[in-house]
Amino acid sequence: MSEQRWNRRELIQAAGALGLVGITGRALAQKPLTTGFIYVGARDDYGYNQSHADAVALVRKTSGLKVVEEENVPETNAVQKTMQGMISQDGATLLFPTSYGYFDPHILALAPRNPDVRFAHCGGLWMAGKHPTNVGSFFGYIDEAQYLNGVVAAFSTKSRKLGFVAAKPIPQVLRNINAFALGARSVHPDITVTVIFTGDWSMPVKEAEATNSLADQGVDVFTMHVDGPKVIVETAARRGKFVCGYHASQARLAPQAYLTGAEWNWIVPYKIIIDAAQAGKPHPNFVRGGLKEGFVKSSAYGPAVSDAARKQAETVRAVMLADKFDIFKGELKDNTGKVVIPAGKVYKQTDVALEGMNYLVDGVIGKA
Amino acid sequence: MSTPRNWHAPAEALLLPVMALAAALLLFGVFCWFGGQSPTEVWALLFRGAFGDAFSWQNTLQRAAPLMLTALAVALPAQTGLTVIGGEGALALGALGCAALPYIIPVPGGVLGSAMVLASGASLAALWVALAGVLRQWRRVNETISSLLLSYIAIALFKHCVEGPMRDTASLNKPSTRPLDEALRIGAIAPDSFLGDVHWGLVIGIVACMLFGAWLSFTAQGFSLRVVGGNARTARLVGLATNRLVVLACALGGACAGLAGAIEVAAVQTSANASVIAGMGYTGILVSFVARHNPWAIPPVAILFGGFAAAGSLLQRRLGLPDASVLVLQGFAFVCILGAEALRGRLFPLLTSRPAFIVTKAKAGDKVIA
Repeated sequence: MSEQRWNRRELIQAAGALGLVGITGRALAQKPLTTGFIYVGARDDYGYNQSHADAVALVRKTSGLKVVEEENVPETNAVQKTMQGMISQDGATLLFPTSYGYFDPHILALAPRNPDVRFAHCGGLWMAGKHPTNVGSFFGYIDEAQYLNGVVAAFSTKSRKLGFVAAKPIPQVLRNINAFALGARSVHPDITVTVIFTGDWSMPVKEAEATNSLADQGVDVFTMHVDGPKVIVETAARRGKFVCGYHASQARLAPQAYLTGAEWNWIVPYKIIIDAAQAGKPHPNFVRGGLKEGFVKSSAYGPAVSDAARKQAETVRAVMLADKFDIFKGELKDNTGKVVIPAGKVYKQTDVALEGMNYLVDGVIGKA
Repeated sequence: MSTPRNWHAPAEALLLPVMALAAALLLFGVFCWFGGQSPTEVWALLFRGAFGDAFSWQNTLQRAAPLMLTALAVALPAQTGLTVIGGEGALALGALGCAALPYIIPVPGGVLGSAMVLASGASLAALWVALAGVLRQWRRVNETISSLLLSYIAIALFKHCVEGPMRDTASLNKPSTRPLDEALRIGAIAPDSFLGDVHWGLVIGIVACMLFGAWLSFTAQGFSLRVVGGNARTARLVGLATNRLVVLACALGGACAGLAGAIEVAAVQTSANASVIAGMGYTGILVSFVARHNPWAIPPVAILFGGFAAAGSLLQRRLGLPDASVLVLQGFAFVCILGAEALRGRLFPLLTSRPAFIVTKAKAGDKVIA
């Protein structure tokens, strides 16, 4: 049955191609590229998965591209079956499995069995020689946008206490917390950032409890790193506190309390990888970028953000866009007083050492 | 009125679930039709996604395998009258026990080593769920509540160990234990046949269901377990060690869920990490209830649930339906199957004596109107 489908489809494509060759030339005569996108949660989670789904909605408009999607795919055998199903049932030759846990062992198990399929994983650390060449990873330096969140938050806090609700003490999360704290303390060095780890990526009840508990301790500006920030944004707003978003824009949930936010702009890395596949160029194995490359962006400023805050944040952003700003440089101490980056040492954003961060900087209350 | 015949009961056992499923599919078709989809296309995709070709079968069986074991974790205690719903935590501890063994003692490679890590996971989970039985028999703590709370504690323990003392320092953004040695891993049953990458977990699941079914039906111990479930006071009166039997049933159930977790580590994930906790323990509760806690009925029901999930995957990709649509189908199936129980023992009398039935109804109606 499936073979018949394929034949008919190819026939139509061939017929279409024949017609097009005469009119517009060879560029449009290519077979459409079927691309699969896989999300670990719901597409409308106001967070990580939505940041991908929103970009996919834009990608759909690309010519010569057919998109298939699947949401709520756990990091078990299920994702292997979803990927294989996209390949053998839908004819996909480029896959975007977007959850961190899809990489090892799932993508690594499937890639050698499907050498003609490109796997573009979000977040993983692809290494030459160790991982197959039809696999690649892309990610963004969203800590730059979290630094700007910190700058804006510093102008809005009266108690000088900021709150960070985080999932797990892993490098990606620690880097965001540290960038947020460094941004805030660049404005007022006496600011503290209190962290609560909920223990997992999607824990709405614990996230609400953490937000309330921080608010009780006097925290008046919040930000977060969990999969779906919805509950934290709504709870903070209900308590009359300000909030900086993460992953996607949550401005609609709390228009008055929302200051700004660190958002992904996945369309940029998607385009790089899709263009390479359509042009038949080698699969980009290691794709990274920050504000300058357009991989991440800030939400539009909310009404509560002062002119001074805007001015300061935009000044820093301009330096970042000129590639002259380094968030992590010496001398930097962690919150136990230990020097983690010696004086004179500067880490560029691209430095892989930063992807193994295991400390919280001075001024952060919490334990890594 | 016709008298019940010998073949009525088994025929009903087959007909009722089939009719219930047909009704659920019909309802789901109507539901999708209201949502603007063609019901025939939905039905065709459901079948294709779950059972249409070799790949679909692999997809379905792979998803069904762990559910068989997590369903046994509910079905076995249920024989003694207990409702134990802590399968998810037992599964997590099974995964932990499996990954932990090589930390403690050197494990030989090959089948023996694999059996050892699986047994390690199963026994840790068995001890944990046995606690729920002990609390109930000696401290009169409701086992449904205690097993659920124990499950939360087990998951917390699992996370503590995986992200703390047992964490592999090389696992940066996905805290995991050290990977299980290649020689200990469980592979595919027959990689070159139509079974593809379906691993030995399926065989273990089916065999466990068959063996426990036989144990309950054909052995004195299995029978005494069911006596305890039927009436604990009678069981004590005839001299059965009620407490021991209840704890045994809980431990065996826990061992099954633990085995599911250990297999997830040894066959799929290669190390214990949060990906193991994906709700399979909770789906097992549903499977066991639909199978009426009969171990022999668990494999087909688990395959049905695996099929729903596999078909849901295709529905999402082809029609753009949200993932929740499969939950709707599962909900319809669950309600129809449980609702069909009302017809048990009445299906054939109802069918054969239909005219008389309608006449009496009509007469009764006339009287009311008159």
